[in-house]
Amino acid sequence: MSDFEPKIIAFVCNWCTYAGADLAGTSRIKYAHNIRIVRFPCTGRIDFMLLLKAFQSGADGIIVSGCHPADCHYTAGNYHARRRWIVFQNLLNFLGIDTRRITFSWVSAAEGAKWGHLVNEVVDNIKKIGPYTEYAKLGKIGIGSISEGNYARIE
Amino acid sequence: MSRIGVFVCHCGENIGATVDCAEVAKMAKDFPGVAFSIDYKYMCSDPGQTLIKEAIKEHNLTGVVVAACSPRMHEPTFRKVAAEAGLNPYLCEMANLREHCSWVHYKDKSTTLKAAELVRMLVEKVKLNTPLYPIKVPVTKTALVIGGGIAGIQTALDIANSGHKVIMVEKSPSIGGHMSQLSETFPTLDCSQCILTPRMVEVAQHPNITLYTYAELESLDGFIGNFKATIKLKAKSVDHSVCNGCGECSAKCPIKKIPDEFNAGLGTRPAIYVPFPQAVPNKPVIDRDNCTYFRKNGKCGLCEKICPTKAIDFSQKDEFITVDVGAVVVTTGFDIKGTDFFPEYGYGKYKDIITGLQFERLASASGPTLGEIRRPSDGKIPQNIVFISCAGSRDPAKGIDYCSKICCMYLAKHAMLYKHKVHSGKASVFYMDIRAGGKTYEEFVRRAIEEDEVNYVRGRVSRIYEKDGKLIVKGVDTLLNSYPVEIEADMVVLGTAGIANPESESLAQKLHISYDQYHFFAEAHPKLRPVETNTAGIMLAGACQFPKDIPDSVSQASGAASKVSALFSQNELTRDPLIAFVNKNTCVGCFMCQSVCPYLAIEKEKIKAKDGSVIREVAKINPGLCQGCGTCVALCRSKSIDINGYSHKQVYAEVMSLFNERSLEYV
Amino acid sequence: MKIGFYPGCSLEGTAREYNESLKEISKVFKIELEEIIDWNCCGATAAHSLNKDLALALPARSLALAEKQGFNEIVVPCAACYSRLFTAYSELNSEPEKLEKIKEIIQIDFKVTSKPINVLEFINKYIKPDLKDKIKNKINLNIACYYGCLLVRPPKLLAVERYEDPMIMEEIIKITGAKPLDWAFKTECCGAGLSVSKTDVVNKLSGKIIDDAINRKADIIIVACPMCQSNLDMRRKSINTYLNKKLDIPVLFITQLIGKALGLDSNKLGLQRHFVKVSPELFMQKGISSDSVSNKIGVEV
Repeated sequence: MSDFEPKIIAFVCNWCTYAGADLAGTSRIKYAHNIRIVRFPCTGRIDFMLLLKAFQSGADGIIVSGCHPADCHYTAGNYHARRRWIVFQNLLNFLGIDTRRITFSWVSAAEGAKWGHLVNEVVDNIKKIGPYTEYAKLGKIGIGSISEGNYARIE
Repeated sequence: MSRIGVFVCHCGENIGATVDCAEVAKMAKDFPGVAFSIDYKYMCSDPGQTLIKEAIKEHNLTGVVVAACSPRMHEPTFRKVAAEAGLNPYLCEMANLREHCSWVHYKDKSTTLKAAELVRMLVEKVKLNTPLYPIKVPVTKTALVIGGGIAGIQTALDIANSGHKVIMVEKSPSIGGHMSQLSETFPTLDCSQCILTPRMVEVAQHPNITLYTYAELESLDGFIGNFKATIKLKAKSVDHSVCNGCGECSAKCPIKKIPDEFNAGLGTRPAIYVPFPQAVPNKPVIDRDNCTYFRKNGKCGLCEKICPTKAIDFSQKDEFITVDVGAVVVTTGFDIKGTDFFPEYGYGKYKDIITGLQFERLASASGPTLGEIRRPSDGKIPQNIVFISCAGSRDPAKGIDYCSKICCMYLAKHAMLYKHKVHSGKASVFYMDIRAGGKTYEEFVRRAIEEDEVNYVRGRVSRIYEKDGKLIVKGVDTLLNSYPVEIEADMVVLGTAGIANPESESLAQKLHISYDQYHFFAEAHPKLRPVETNTAGIMLAGACQFPKDIPDSVSQASGAASKVSALFSQNELTRDPLIAFVNKNTCVGCFMCQSVCPYLAIEKEKIKAKDGSVIREVAKINPGLCQGCGTCVALCRSKSIDINGYSHKQVYAEVMSLFNERSLEYV
Repeated sequence: MKIGFYPGCSLEGTAREYNESLKEISKVFKIELEEIIDWNCCGATAAHSLNKDLALALPARSLALAEKQGFNEIVVPCAACYSRLFTAYSELNSEPEKLEKIKEIIQIDFKVTSKPINVLEFINKYIKPDLKDKIKNKINLNIACYYGCLLVRPPKLLAVERYEDPMIMEEIIKITGAKPLDWAFKTECCGAGLSVSKTDVVNKLSGKIIDDAINRKADIIIVACPMCQSNLDMRRKSINTYLNKKLDIPVLFITQLIGKALGLDSNKLGLQRHFVKVSPELFMQKGISSDSVSNKIGVEV
């Protein structure tokens, strides 16, 4: 398992965590390279079905991160994300999807170092848990096509 | 068929030293839809921009990915480049190779591979970008200035003098801020009040400035050019339109022992009071927390009986007013740590250990001792005085990490003022470093050391305790091989750390601006946008951003004012069109989106039949109000709302690009 | 009720009276302090100046033994031992990798559940609540409470409130009727281990402490650390020579003072063991009936 390099995808808001990751760069904080960041205006924008899509396509771990409570650039988007995550977590548990693979966090624009720690921690954790193959298999037997359909409808 | 251009920037060594940019450009050529790919040393330079423009025209590109620094840095630059080449600016995206890749990883194949993947994510996204056109919104040409210290005063006057309206809100009963408390100012030793009070009067009399003292911002809604501010006017209990400021009430008020904020707790004031003689407005307010009338159910009322103009009004209530403003300047200043913060200096139990601000009051002609340096415990003139710099600053173990910037200078000034007033006295300053960067600052400190013979000791003070009426200051002289120093002082002045206002966090939340780890407000860019915040239309000036001295506060205030004036020079503003929109055909009209929208931007639209009868109601986004947070997008159960710039398809394409079967391999 | 007990080296030697008085007052409150079987040296200053693993492993072994012997808490009267044991306790609890390594070194599998507590915590938790009811003799003395360094530091680890001006002992002795003084040297250094190698430094540092206590009209100094006690008491002769003064203020352990308040026999509390004589009149004068203190080894000061 030592040569397993997980693919981690991060869904972050533009105002806090994306800026925090920028600060990690400006401060030259080194962290694991396994992370790919997708920028959103706000964590409130993040449709959690996208998390399932990412798992289905082969992501081993996911980070969702935005502004700290009460610091949202858009007042309350992060609260909606948090609520969504609480509900979604139960659903995932019910479905038997390993919720340890999703890390929900707050990283502000001033927390470059925290971002570095977070990424390293998640990469370490996922390395311990191992590659995620179960969900991708599910995708092949049809579950994926349902969510595929969901996206195909949006024109 | 998309024809995407990829432009990989080396950013000199910044990206080039860690990422093989040429290789990234080479790999990008093979990404589906990429028609052109190239790397260059500095893409943001003039030749770099020309390179992009020519490529767009020559290769007839339908989209551009610039792989360089953070889009938070240069997205506007490159979108402008695209526009100049005739491409819709919103068809340009940036891949963040610097902050998110080259600066955070070591030189390695995996780093180059990550860079290529980042490029591919954005290539997949940009293929789905659509041309967008900026939204135009009107501008309300009135500025709101929050805080009436020197930064707020300068900002307000500059904006007002350029012909625009200003509303100034100050929470205390008078404007003037910390500067009005200072005695003399470095490096010229001119009297602080003498240079400040004319400005305060000018604010009060300026036809373009409306001043609300004893008032606070309650809430702020809206966006650049079109904010709506609700201001809470605290009940003054005195009708200022009738009051003539005679001062009879303050003189007769039976409550006299309230610690005086203006004198930093060294004096006392009555419950009905004007903070200081030169206050603007020079009319009193009643401090209801300490007034007998309010505390004991209508007993007392003496001021009401003696007021010659019948201006006292106990029944006044807090009032709320709403104003339309186009820009906001935050100038709420700073606070300092108290002496009780320092365990080794007795947790504030020794009366003769005071803060720098308290020393200012002692040295000030308007202070509790009328400018004589007398110690608080027994009123004696101290013959031996010790100043301690970096009290709490530059102390990661116990205090704060940063340098408070102003203390070196004001302690030199204090020592000098003391020597000028007590010729026989001995003054010592304990310091870590003397930071006197500024025009004629170093000369000023040298003057204190050489002409006024202030004893500068390089070292820290580990303990102060009282013995036989003296304060024993135990320190060390690190220039004398760490020789222990003990001074029997009569009084000690701490250059305590400058810290953020205690209310800064809640104010930041009202304004939706960000603040740093120390709760100072965050500027949009530390070097290039120092007076703006990340929220368009809200500027910063003065010590609410970081501790700074008067010249720096005033310069930043003028900077903020000029930003506001530039904004007000236009009749219409253009705004990024990255906002949500509704697919009417699939919207089922549940209006869940309405309940989550923080901007009340979602309206109901009736879809009517030919005969005018309403068939159904669907959601409609008001583009003037929508700020593009996207909360409705994720919430919509029928997936009928989407958002420009971060559409379902775009983010989906970004994610999928990472995992498609042609996963990248480095050759 | 039984609580684990880690005496450390000094409570078997120079601070025998600390050991005796602590056990005596515990008896009054029906608490039995049971020594950890096969405990070892805490490592003291030597270990953590030289080898980080050793500095953790030594106290960890005693913690592990205590855990095996079923103690949730261990009373560690010596401030230096307490500092080492508590450092090990909190570091091993917060850093699992370190714990793994230490388990490997000491060859004992344990979970770090035995919590070291110092004498002040012990008194606060088990003695103080019922102390008032059990007082037989009101103590009518002015007392300087001296903490020294390790009882309250490092602040990040111990999280003692007002660590430069603590009030823990003051709150305890107020119950006995004693008057705690506000003085300046509560947490200053006594010179510690330099007692052996550079006695001059101890003379100077401890001399200042004693001097200030006397200047502020203290009748006695009380301490809760064997090192502080030995420097302030045993070194008194050389301190006096150094200061060219005759300072004769006694230095008692807080447990001895509480013992006196509980009406216990002075000899059982080890009051006869001090170098600076604790005169029988000290408690008498102030209106407390006291038994006689036989001062067998006390030096004239």
